[in-house]
Amino acid sequence: MTATVVRKRSALTKGQLPKFAPYIVLAVALVVGAAILALIGFNAFGWGIVSAILFAVGLVSWSGAVEGARKAKDKLATCLVVGAFLIALLPLISVIVTVLINGIPGLITPGFLGTSMNGVTGAFDNKAAEEGAPVLGGIYHALMGTIQITLLATVISVPVGLLTSIYLVEYGNDRPLARAITFFVDVMTGIPSIVAGLFAAAFFFAIVGPGTKTGAVAAVALSVLMIPVVVRSSEEMLKIVPNELREASYALGVRKWRTITKVVIPTAISGIASGVTLAIARVIGETAPILVTAGFATTINNNVFGGWMASLPTFIYTQILNPTSPSNPGPSDQRAWGAALVLIILVMLLNLGARLIARMFAPKTGR
Amino acid sequence: MSKRIDVKDLNVYYGNFLAVEDVNINIQAKSVTAFIGPSGCGKSTFLRTLNRMHEVLPGARVEGEVLLDGDNLYGPGVDPVTVRTQVGMVFQRPNPFPTMSIRDNVLAGVKLNNKKISKGAADALVEKSLVGANLWNEVKDRLDKPGSGLSGGQQQRLCIARAIAVEPQVILMDEPCSALDPISTLAVEDLINELKDQYTVVIVTHNMQQAARVSDKTAFFNIAGTGKPGKLIEFADTTSIFNNPSQKATEDYVSGRFG
Amino acid sequence: MTTNSLTTSHGAGRAGDKVFSGAAMAAGCLILAVLFGVALFLVVQAIPALTAPAADIQGGHGFFAYIAPIVVGTLIAAVIALVIATPVAIGVALFISHYAPRRLAAGLGYVVDLLAAIPSVVYGAWGAAFLAKEISPAYDWLATYLGWIPIFEGPASATGKTILTAGIVLSVMVLPIITSLSREIFLQTPKLHEEAALALGATRWEMIKMAVLPFGRPGIISAIMLGLGRALGETMAVALVLSSGVLTASLIQSGNQTIAAEIALNFPEASGLKVNTLIAAGLVLFVITLGVNMIARWIITRHKEFSGAN
Repeated sequence: MTATVVRKRSALTKGQLPKFAPYIVLAVALVVGAAILALIGFNAFGWGIVSAILFAVGLVSWSGAVEGARKAKDKLATCLVVGAFLIALLPLISVIVTVLINGIPGLITPGFLGTSMNGVTGAFDNKAAEEGAPVLGGIYHALMGTIQITLLATVISVPVGLLTSIYLVEYGNDRPLARAITFFVDVMTGIPSIVAGLFAAAFFFAIVGPGTKTGAVAAVALSVLMIPVVVRSSEEMLKIVPNELREASYALGVRKWRTITKVVIPTAISGIASGVTLAIARVIGETAPILVTAGFATTINNNVFGGWMASLPTFIYTQILNPTSPSNPGPSDQRAWGAALVLIILVMLLNLGARLIARMFAPKTGR
Repeated sequence: MSKRIDVKDLNVYYGNFLAVEDVNINIQAKSVTAFIGPSGCGKSTFLRTLNRMHEVLPGARVEGEVLLDGDNLYGPGVDPVTVRTQVGMVFQRPNPFPTMSIRDNVLAGVKLNNKKISKGAADALVEKSLVGANLWNEVKDRLDKPGSGLSGGQQQRLCIARAIAVEPQVILMDEPCSALDPISTLAVEDLINELKDQYTVVIVTHNMQQAARVSDKTAFFNIAGTGKPGKLIEFADTTSIFNNPSQKATEDYVSGRFG
Repeated sequence: MTTNSLTTSHGAGRAGDKVFSGAAMAAGCLILAVLFGVALFLVVQAIPALTAPAADIQGGHGFFAYIAPIVVGTLIAAVIALVIATPVAIGVALFISHYAPRRLAAGLGYVVDLLAAIPSVVYGAWGAAFLAKEISPAYDWLATYLGWIPIFEGPASATGKTILTAGIVLSVMVLPIITSLSREIFLQTPKLHEEAALALGATRWEMIKMAVLPFGRPGIISAIMLGLGRALGETMAVALVLSSGVLTASLIQSGNQTIAAEIALNFPEASGLKVNTLIAAGLVLFVITLGVNMIARWIITRHKEFSGAN
């Protein structure tokens, strides 16, 4: 019973690739990839793709030879999964780089944030493109329009969405009405944004008169998109408020509505606020519904209830599709990309804000 | 300021399922009554019917009468909210409000009901309730800190302070020590002994030694099998339940033969 | 018992309860009314287009002849998007849920959410200005070597503004939807199932095949359906990227059109019967996406009982 076997290698690591195997394969793949690309004309993108394929094939076949088919399959799956993630990163990086490169010249043009497109005609753009004059015009009107439309949409959506989620969580009790609302809120999340825009347009055409296009119509369209998002996120947040807190409040002789407003909502407020912020971030970039409801404006309009109104997304869209000067689309492109950069920054700030809200106002558990 | 409870022919249902059948029990004022019995025998469900907290559970309803000093809890026109201000409850797990400080937790019953209270009166009430819950000395220097920062036992005593700040007649406790360590349990048991000088206390417990330690009277609930309703088997002085039970099932349970 | 001390209560408090629960219910009903209103107003405004003489509708052959090709175009674009996005999205979801180091996973999830946060018009601009240009050599290659397959028939579009490009942009947009839903499902896989598989000596991939994927299948299917709903209704990516035209089999020539883009491009300048025609097109899109979404929800609820969730 005292016989001990002295081995150089543990039985548990027998038949495994050494730890550094992937690095060797990667180095070989990069070198061979570069060689192949050198034959057919080098570019970095192709080099990455070819090397990745070589790496996967090399590692899997080596593993298959040393470790057997099961381990090789496992390695192949790992390569594919990691590869999928890297592929998904490509468009994200590409979009951000494209917007930065094209957007910064527009953004740093003097007056870009402070002026509207009022009076900016193709003649100015031709001059800018042909004689190097400064690009005139800016996005002030569109920025103001976006802020007003989104604000109004938020004012409509948050009470309706929050009250609905309260009904679902606190009063619904799986009643048929609650189940119907849950189902149709789910359906509503899937409404194409352009259909929401058409609905708002058709609604106001019928009520106010044909051709009614104002910021308010756009806000109604955005609300149709925003309400289900608010309902869903608030519902989730109210659901995770422990039932014990409600019971504690009821046991103190507190009424249900005061329990909800004073105990349940304050406990969930950070989650609700961050959900609302994310909902705003989602609708602030919507283009199609505004396109069919608020028209295009080149001037500042601070009245959401009257007249056409510009917004950042529709500004980008029209500047690309219908440049101010059809013969010289350069200045329009520059303004469009500048606006795109501003829009992305806005959305990112909202996303960041949502995270900060969630973290800052989270109830202190202390444990 | 404590009231007796008389329960007459009480049945509790979940939907169509009869959960507790035909309970008759008379609980004396200024005493500690313990409910014991195996899991699922309906003792917690029954406890909740004593301040209509069962109505929070979907589908739960009762038949029969619960009289608080002669007033029927289930009489026509009775508001469950009024019932609960008279019959307070402490739960299995300590549940202080996470968004409130220790002070606000104690005042929760007053503030959440939107009653006006002067700062001086509020301070006095906070001190009186925390002293009453044996917690004053431990927290008097940090009343503005969140209640969830306390230890489990302190949190449970904070919940008791919160319950007595409403000045109820009866305090119901649903396994108040099952989530606590032995030291904290001792502190809460000592508190229960003091509470009976002023309040009627009803406590559900899984722990037979605890029932023996804290209660004057003990009620044993049992269940014939799954899907059958829970029943009150025996209700007597604690000493006779543990030393000289009249029912075979009670004897089997307290001697540890099942459960 | 004539007097019951418990019946004295504050009337105001009780009224507060009634008002509050009433308001909550009213809000819920308002949502149902809005959805009903969406359908109703679309139908009312669409009727003139459906009943108008065939010659008055754009194209001159009635509404059906007008809508059929763009419905097909919509489906083509959506199918391309899903074929590309689904495998990548499931891979990304698995990477985040089961491959990435724990500390990194949350951050990576955030990166994928960023993909969803970028406004559609920016994707459209990117697709039109960057992707279309960069990808057109690949279309030439496809036309030269795979041109015998009808969908790759040449000559390839010189600008790259084809339905395939639009589909690729759409796939980028639906990817985060499919990823985040699948990721949620994968993370919910019962730890016990996973550990049971690993305890039997399974490799990580075998564990995923045995425990994670079977558990997540209904979730994946419904995630794909929701992605399909988004791809069908997405407007900007197509409106900006595709140089539209008549229905074309080849994916690498310009041509084809989707409902959403057709509406966006024409609605702002439309008047008279054209408005009704476009609203009718919107109604068709609404019905299609509604159907897709309802099937997705139905799959989720049908499988809830079997999946072991809850």
